[in-house]
Amino acid sequence: MKKLFGRFGAIVGLAFAGFAAVGAADFKPVLLYDIGGKFDKSFNEAAYVGAHRFEEETGNGFKDFEPNSETQYEQALKRFARRKADLIVAVGVGYSVAVRNVAADFPNVKFTVIDAIIDLPNVQSITFKENEGSFLVGMIAAMKTESRTIGFLGGMDIPLIRRFERGYRQGAEYVRGDLTFIENYVGTTPSAWNDPIKAAEMARSQYARGADIIFSAAGPSGLGSIQAAKDTGNLAIGVDSNQNHVAPGVVLTSMLKRVDLAVYKAMKAAQDGHWSAGHNVMGLAEGGVDFALDEHNAALITAEMKAKLDDARAKIVAGEIVVGDVEGSNVGH
Amino acid sequence: MEFFTDLILLLDSTLRTATPLVLAGLAGLIAERSGIVDIGLEGKMLAAAFAAAAAAAVTGSPWAGLGAGIGASVALALLHGWVSIAQRGNQIVSGMAINIAVAGLAPTLANFWFRKGGQTPLLDDEARFSAITLPFADALADVPLLGGLYSELLSGHNLITYLTAAIVPLVAWMLYKTRFGLRLRAVGENPEAVDTAGISVTLLRYQAMIITGVLCGFAGTVLSTGLGGGFIRDMSAGKGYLALAAMIFGRWKPVPTLLACLLFGFVDALQGRLQGVDLPLIGEIPVQFTIMLPYVLTVVILAGFAGRMQAPKASGIPYEKDH
Repeated sequence: MKKLFGRFGAIVGLAFAGFAAVGAADFKPVLLYDIGGKFDKSFNEAAYVGAHRFEEETGNGFKDFEPNSETQYEQALKRFARRKADLIVAVGVGYSVAVRNVAADFPNVKFTVIDAIIDLPNVQSITFKENEGSFLVGMIAAMKTESRTIGFLGGMDIPLIRRFERGYRQGAEYVRGDLTFIENYVGTTPSAWNDPIKAAEMARSQYARGADIIFSAAGPSGLGSIQAAKDTGNLAIGVDSNQNHVAPGVVLTSMLKRVDLAVYKAMKAAQDGHWSAGHNVMGLAEGGVDFALDEHNAALITAEMKAKLDDARAKIVAGEIVVGDVEGSNVGH
Repeated sequence: MEFFTDLILLLDSTLRTATPLVLAGLAGLIAERSGIVDIGLEGKMLAAAFAAAAAAAVTGSPWAGLGAGIGASVALALLHGWVSIAQRGNQIVSGMAINIAVAGLAPTLANFWFRKGGQTPLLDDEARFSAITLPFADALADVPLLGGLYSELLSGHNLITYLTAAIVPLVAWMLYKTRFGLRLRAVGENPEAVDTAGISVTLLRYQAMIITGVLCGFAGTVLSTGLGGGFIRDMSAGKGYLALAAMIFGRWKPVPTLLACLLFGFVDALQGRLQGVDLPLIGEIPVQFTIMLPYVLTVVILAGFAGRMQAPKASGIPYEKDH
């Protein structure tokens, strides 16, 4: 019996040694998605695009994991940390608590977490100034509206989404002061991200009350808002990734959040050896947020509008315009 | 006048929101009247929504979508029937299992087939049951009061919403005026008596499950191809459970169930309308509070106003011949 255990131990030991050898030979980062799936045409997909770019440019592959529920966050982090992954990138504010716990237990493993702020010596936190990007799309809405009424549709009512609303309002008011705002939140639980029917109903109500442009920061629910815009002949503004192609001519623009860039930069920096822990903020100046302009909405954005937007962008980068923020946007629960 | 316009908008939204609720509520009603508790309405709706959106995306026809939606829903209804009738299994467990299985299976299949993170592609207008403008709706739009009522409230819904308006009396007629309806009600109250009369309890209950499946199929199809334009994970968002509550509030009767669904739909539309509005005296109501409204109402109604609930006596009890 003892002999058997000994042999078993040896095999296990060999297996681990083999694994460690592979790990040391080339750089292998790990990417952990948020719930929603890899190809969600939004947040997670953007992260995948960034990691994929890293793979193509450097020839180094990456491992990834799609959790099905929040309980798997910590489990997955621990598993990869125990295997001594070179860098673990976790996407989404939902990972806050899990990363804080696991990073404290594995001080020699590097963690990058996106959308959350964690103050540990081995964690790099990357957040975005969504309010700055929203400021620009707010300007576009204000310049485009004919009814002088614009709408905002948030997904789950959390500080992060209030931050989008804050920037949007401020940007719109920067253009003109005589606007009416209508805003709605789909819900107060995570199911609010996946309720396109309710989102469409709220968008219809806003359009019927006079809004002609609605900015929805509501994840997949936002597709309901775009559908409502299409059905009623109004305009919608997309969010996170470029959604202009979803309904060309109906989507006025999209507020881009460059999660792909953040993931790519983190992996590249870790490979090149200048990855550092701490808090990185990606705003307009860093190219972290922007509005989308492509062949699908080129006809909707005039040169004059473009000039005004460039001017405002320069002012925000220079600090002449300060876009208001909402407390607690990057705090997990 | 503004109040009137607002009211019409609210009622218009109510009709749309209530459509899937009414269909699912009637589906639950038929099942329970036959003696089978079906909390799997949610799962059947979601499966139908997915099948309909997938079929409509591939073929470009909403009718193919409707067919696939009903097919998927009936298959699950028969599975539930098989567990409840033939295997005499626990009906709550079976219904719940269907809900959980579909919640995972639908996005997985969607991802496998369409590679869009568990969604189906957004449907073109030709592949959906789009809004139908009733005759003269545009011409009458400017007529005071009646014009608004006709062209805003009654016109501009999708085909399934109009069908639902016909399905409610049809179900009521079937339940109360036909021989099949009489037997269906009897089998839910006293299956032994039905059996003694030489009528097959098993067959009746399977027939009821097929009707339940068809109705849930309509409910799911309207979600993804009528009201929405594609499938998104968990898009049924608890409507199956809400329909169940409406059915109980409607005391297992078709017309009261319809009214309960309309009430739920109205409160839901109202809460969206009240968000961010400054009300006289009260001020602005926090979003969290308005979102609570439909659920608070459900509890208050069920606890206070609904009175004594009399479920079909044999509901939830498997029938065994040899007692």
